[in-house]
Amino acid sequence: MIEQGTVTAAYIVAAILFILSLAGLSRQETARRGNLFGICGMAIAVLATVLGPGVTSYGVLIVVAGLGGVVGYLAAQRVEMTQMPELVAILHSFVGMAAVLVGFATYLDPESNYFGVERTIHDVEIYLGILIGALTFTGSVIAFGKLSGKVGSKPLVIPSRSLVIGGIGAACLVLLFVFLGTGPDIDATGLAVAGTEAKGTGTFVLVVMTLLAFTFGVLMVMAIGGADMPVVISMLNSYSGWAAAATGFMLSNDLLIVVGALVGSSGAILSYIMCRAMNRKFLSVIAGGWGESAPAAASGGDGEPQGEAISIQADEVAEMMRDADSVVIVPGYGMAVAHAQHPVSELVQKLKGAGKEVRFAIHPVAGRMPGHMNVLLAEANVPYDLVLEMDEINDELGDTDVVVVIGANDIVNPSAADDPTSPIAGMPVLEVWKSKNVIVSKRGMATGYAGVENPLFFKDNTRMLFGDAKDSVQAVLAAL
Amino acid sequence: MLIGVPKETHPGEQRVALTPETAGRIAKLGHELILQSGAGVAADFSDEAYREAGVEVVDDVAAVYERAGLVMKVRGPAEDEIGLLRQGQILVSFIWPAQNEALMSSLAERGVTAVAMDSVPRISRAQKLDALSSMANIGGYRAVVEAANRFGRFFTGQVTAAGKVPPAKVLVIGAGVAGLAAIGAARGMGAVVRAFDTRPEVAEQVGSMGGEFLMLEFEDDGSGEGGYAKTMSDEFIAAEMALFREQAKEVDIVITTALIPGKPAPELWTTDMVESMKPGSVIVDLAAEQGGNCKLTRANEVIEHDGVTIIGYTDLPSRMAAQSSQLYGTNLRHLLTDLTPDKDGQVNVNMEDEVIRGATVVKDGEITWPPPAPKLSAQPKKPPVVKPATSEAATAAEPKPKSVLVPMAIGAVALLLVGSVAPPDFMQHFIVFVLACFVGYQVVWSVSPALHTPLMSVTNAISSIIVVGALLQVSSTSGFVVLLAAIAVLIASINIVGGFMVTQRMLKMFRKG
Repeated sequence: MIEQGTVTAAYIVAAILFILSLAGLSRQETARRGNLFGICGMAIAVLATVLGPGVTSYGVLIVVAGLGGVVGYLAAQRVEMTQMPELVAILHSFVGMAAVLVGFATYLDPESNYFGVERTIHDVEIYLGILIGALTFTGSVIAFGKLSGKVGSKPLVIPSRSLVIGGIGAACLVLLFVFLGTGPDIDATGLAVAGTEAKGTGTFVLVVMTLLAFTFGVLMVMAIGGADMPVVISMLNSYSGWAAAATGFMLSNDLLIVVGALVGSSGAILSYIMCRAMNRKFLSVIAGGWGESAPAAASGGDGEPQGEAISIQADEVAEMMRDADSVVIVPGYGMAVAHAQHPVSELVQKLKGAGKEVRFAIHPVAGRMPGHMNVLLAEANVPYDLVLEMDEINDELGDTDVVVVIGANDIVNPSAADDPTSPIAGMPVLEVWKSKNVIVSKRGMATGYAGVENPLFFKDNTRMLFGDAKDSVQAVLAAL
Repeated sequence: MLIGVPKETHPGEQRVALTPETAGRIAKLGHELILQSGAGVAADFSDEAYREAGVEVVDDVAAVYERAGLVMKVRGPAEDEIGLLRQGQILVSFIWPAQNEALMSSLAERGVTAVAMDSVPRISRAQKLDALSSMANIGGYRAVVEAANRFGRFFTGQVTAAGKVPPAKVLVIGAGVAGLAAIGAARGMGAVVRAFDTRPEVAEQVGSMGGEFLMLEFEDDGSGEGGYAKTMSDEFIAAEMALFREQAKEVDIVITTALIPGKPAPELWTTDMVESMKPGSVIVDLAAEQGGNCKLTRANEVIEHDGVTIIGYTDLPSRMAAQSSQLYGTNLRHLLTDLTPDKDGQVNVNMEDEVIRGATVVKDGEITWPPPAPKLSAQPKKPPVVKPATSEAATAAEPKPKSVLVPMAIGAVALLLVGSVAPPDFMQHFIVFVLACFVGYQVVWSVSPALHTPLMSVTNAISSIIVVGALLQVSSTSGFVVLLAAIAVLIASINIVGGFMVTQRMLKMFRKG
């Protein structure tokens, strides 16, 4: 057993370690150390809490924590790198759920004694913690479903959605006041008058609000299309942080507040970065319906025939690569889906061995979550100094002999730059069409997530390599 | 609109603003073309070829100016040509507004609209009409050809029955478009090429052209606005000079292309360097027009000093008139494509378009130069290209004052309101919360985009710190609370272990090649 003061000191250490952890992640060289800091911080915080005053039921703790740890370990070991977005989404839902549970438990805790303004604030904190937690939970579950293909990735907008959402918001607000009104009346001696009964009503209100928040989370994420998933994931990341912060207020625990605020602002910044990369307003992403308006605009925009796409065989691609001095590879979600990162890495090694300059160009929103492509390429042992960001490489694409686009579409769409009527106009894209030759590896002529026709496929210097990305790359490898 | 192309009048100018090929493409935009007879002869384009491309050829230059609504030229108009321009006419040519104030004011007086091909903004979208780059490319190539012409030996090394020939050593100073073209051309002829530039980031481009980049061990980045070089510190110049002195004894051919926008060319190759070069060596000074990088250069002349030939031609693109007319003509065609968005022959000088706005230096008799483009440097050049390596932190750290002040004021008022009702205990937590938000904001902006996925899994893992609350509640006296808390601990620990483990797995994979 250690004293409360020692516990607080440990919390300070943990908070500092968490900050160092995020700071460490800013560069590859220090990233692993950053993660270790995070682990240490968590271990210190948990140990201090467990050993501190107030914890007695060690048996239950060891069982559930052990069980959770094993499940988490197995999940982390088994998950494919291509499934990272799903894993992160489902883990977010756990944080949301935990916040809901902790909120209810705090409310029902018979030992809590607050009076007057303090009680009101405490109740508001509980209410907010549960609200944010609940919508994070269902939102993440739906995001998980969409990413793993269990739920259709098309935006689903229910009729008069804004009305429904507004109604839910209003209802939550009204319920907050109802909830505050249910508090047990305290008489002068500090004893609760009719306390248990009032708590029953309060619980009922909380449950109704939780259900409303669940619905809200579902509606919100259902309406967001697959292309906006990176934003949704980082947004949910942010929410899980705010949920933790609200819980911190509820428990008067500064460590939770600090960590929640760190995570919350980190997620918010990531969402902002993602939105900027897509030239989208954050609010319009959240408002959803992206895929809904896009096809209409595309078909209405220009009815003229797009021309003819010229297909190419793997051996011709190999020939082109042999003649090229510089090759740039642009990976997209298609590479992740086909698990093509390993053959791609092999291809890179072969080309580098032949003295060619090979680099990767990564668009900020390639894939389904921020940094997705970098993780996949790292998994396939591609050195990270070959992997460049859009801004670093865009100007050099013009001098490149061959650009290979693997399973990417919207991020290399020239109409974002040329066609002001296009739904993706103004979105920064990789200007691959400026290079001497472009090879697009794709399964068919389908449009990308934005549902916009891609004129790149019909350009004179573009050749289409149809087929599954992995098979195509392996065929090219064989021909080399 | 009828587009007129007069013959260039500047002595020695052989280029022409229209080729038969670009004529056909321009006609597709709905324009008609009129050309002064003989305008393309110096660039090997006969009147006949133009006629076949559907261009009307007239003998009289006055007729061209009188009838055309838009006049395309290479060089800016001379005195007598300005007299031919009419009110409302559009002129497209090189103008160099910063150096030619007199020309600018007389253009404004005539009430014309002038589009300067040298003022096209240096942005990606405008690359296809960047005539400076296409001319610099030709200049760099031609510099090597001129050097080879004056150089008494092979470029490529050979071992023959008659003995061994060492390869020529070429030093290119300034690795801009011209410098890179020169490196490529010299490499193509078999020479050993070295290159120097004050901007270390071009080392890779030099390498890609097959040149060897001479690295100066010095902490001073010479990148200025818009991808151009800037003036360097004295220490840097001293180190640079020492490097050049060393190279002067070794190299056979020096091609200098160093220019700083709006300033005389920096003097890089001093008389003693020239004298220390081997006899028969050649210097081609592409900066001759701006005073020359070599002390001894005389513009438009070839001189010999101590056995070293110094070429100061300023008309290298014009010496390859067919090629440069072709490229310049294509640049003009792209400009016309932008000017006629509807392909109906109607020219629209759309001042909302960033590229057209930047290039238009006189609009309907009013001087519109320099353009009010964002971040325009004091130099008479273009708005800067966004530098690729700017850190996210730098861009984030300069928010517009107005957009920050209003929310800050609202935030402050809200804080005061909360503070007036909330108990001190809550406010103390609130301080912690707000400070932590700021720390998070500062820390996360500096995270490299490649690490966004690990960042999310780590933040996700640490947000399970919520477990602390549940840990305390497990020991509650109420059975139901214990149950809730136990479930919370269970899922939070899945999250903690899973989140950290998977991050560790990901980070292990990042490696440097």
